[in-house]
Amino acid sequence: MRPRKPKEDLVLPDGMILRHDNGERVVHWAIAIAFVFLFLSGLAMFSPFFFWLSLAFGGGQSMRFLHPLCGVTLAVLFYPYALGLRKANRWTAADSRWVANMFRYMRKEAHFTDTGKYNAGQKLMYWSMLPIIALLLLTGIVLWQPWFAPSFPPGLRRAAGLVHAAMAFVMFVGIGVHWYAAFWTKGSIRAMVRGTVSQAWARFHHPAWFRQITGKDP
Amino acid sequence: MALESQDIRARSATTTSVPPSARHFQPEVSKLIDLSRCIGCKACQSACMEWNNLRPAVGSFAGTYTNPPDLDDQAWTVMKFNETEVDGQFAWLIFKDGCLHCSEPGCLKACPSPGAILQYENGIVDFQQDACIGCGYCISGCPFNIPRLRREDSRVYKCTLCSDRVSVGLEPACIKSCPTQALSFGAREEMVAQAEHRLEDLHERGFSQAAVYNPAGVGGTHVLFVLPHGDRPEAYGLPRDPRVGPMLQLWRSTVARTLGVVTMFSVLVAGVLHYMRHGPLEVPGDGDDASGRKGKEVHP
Repeated sequence: MRPRKPKEDLVLPDGMILRHDNGERVVHWAIAIAFVFLFLSGLAMFSPFFFWLSLAFGGGQSMRFLHPLCGVTLAVLFYPYALGLRKANRWTAADSRWVANMFRYMRKEAHFTDTGKYNAGQKLMYWSMLPIIALLLLTGIVLWQPWFAPSFPPGLRRAAGLVHAAMAFVMFVGIGVHWYAAFWTKGSIRAMVRGTVSQAWARFHHPAWFRQITGKDP
Repeated sequence: MALESQDIRARSATTTSVPPSARHFQPEVSKLIDLSRCIGCKACQSACMEWNNLRPAVGSFAGTYTNPPDLDDQAWTVMKFNETEVDGQFAWLIFKDGCLHCSEPGCLKACPSPGAILQYENGIVDFQQDACIGCGYCISGCPFNIPRLRREDSRVYKCTLCSDRVSVGLEPACIKSCPTQALSFGAREEMVAQAEHRLEDLHERGFSQAAVYNPAGVGGTHVLFVLPHGDRPEAYGLPRDPRVGPMLQLWRSTVARTLGVVTMFSVLVAGVLHYMRHGPLEVPGDGDDASGRKGKEVHP
C-alpha cells in the first residue's frame, strides 16, 4: 500500500498510540453501564426465573420505571458516538477476507496484515447494533407505560413485546461476543480504559491503522 | 385475597414452583348476564362502586347514556348503551362491560411479575396490586380490553368478581342489586344450564339468533352472556372469536424463554471453553509461549 502522511498527534511522547480519546471512552463506558442495567432489568421482565434481579433496582415498580429511562439514555449516547465511528467502520474487501477466515482467526491459525482501526468482527458488531438499538428504542416506546403505550393499539403492543425481546436477545449475544473478544484480545480493555495501545499492539492487531498513523510499515 | 386461601390454580410469571393449592374441591363459579332481561338501570354499576368503594371521575355528556364513557381504574363495570340497527330497525343493545374471567387468561400469560395475577380454583382471575409493577402487559394481553392502569399508583385494576365476597359465601355485589334477574351467580354448570334454558325461551319469542357467549378461544369464560342477537357479538362490543394470540403465546412460551436464556448463557460457556482451548490473543513476545518463540520473529 502507498505510504501515508503520518498523523503524529496520535503517537504520544511516551511512544504509545492514542486509540480512543477521552470523550469516546467516557461515552463507551456510559453505554456499557446503561447496557448492564438494561440487560439485568430486561432479563427480570423476560423470564420469571430472573425476576429476583428486580431487587437490585429497588423492586418491580422502580425497575419498570428505570428500564425505559436507561434505554433512552443508551440510544441517545449511542447514535452520536456511532456517527463518529462510521468512517473507520466502512466495509472493505479485507473485511470480507477476514470473515471468510474468521474461525481460523479464532483458533489463532490465521492473522491479517491488512486490518484497519477496526477488524471485520468489530465492524459487524457496529453495523448490527445500528438497527438493533433503533428497533429496541422504537418498540420500547410502544411498550412504555404509562406515557406512550396507551396511544398504541394492543396488537401493535403485543408485536412490540415480541420484537423487543427478540432484539434484546440478539443484542445480548452480540455484546457477549464483544465482551469475550475484548477479554481474549489482550490489550484491548486497556485501550478502552486508558485510551492508549503500544506500537507493537497496533502493529500486530491493526497493521493498516498502524501504517496510517505512524507512516511506518508494519 | 391472596395465597393464604390455598386455592390457587394459576399464578403469573411462575414456572419454578407450584402455588399452594390445597383446596381443589371448590366448584367453579360463573356469573350469567342475560342481556334479554337487562333494562340498563345501572344498579349493578352503582353496587360495584359501593362495595369496592370506587368513585369514577365525573365526565361530560357524550350523547349516550353510557357514563362513565368507558371502563377505568375506578369503574370496573360499565353499562354500555350500544345504538345499532337490527332488521332495519333501531335497536338499543345494552351491555354490561367488565372482566370475563377467562379460563385461559391472556393477562395472566403476559404478566412478568410473579403473583401479580392469580387464578383461583373457582375460576376467578384476580389482580394483586401489591405485586403489580405497572408494565401494562396484561392490558395488551387481554382480548377484551378490560384492565386499566391507574396513573396515581401505576397499578392495574379490574373487576375481581367480588372475590372477597365469594370467598365468604356471598354473591358479587352486582348480582345482589339486579332488579330484573338479568344477573345470576352460582356453580358454573348450573349457570351454563340456565343460559341454555333461557335460549329456548328467546327462540320461542322470535330471537332466532339468540346465543350464549362463552368463547372457546380463551377456554371459556366465567362470565357468560345470553345475547339476544347472538350472531352479532360485535354489536355489543364483544369480539367474535377472542384468542390470546400467537404473538403473546410465543413471547411468553416457556420454550422460547428457556431457549433464549440458555443461548445467552452458552455464550459465556463458549467463551470459557475457547479461552481454555486457545488461550488469549497476545502480541507475540508478550506472553509465555511454550514453544519459546519470540515475538519479533513472527510479527506480520
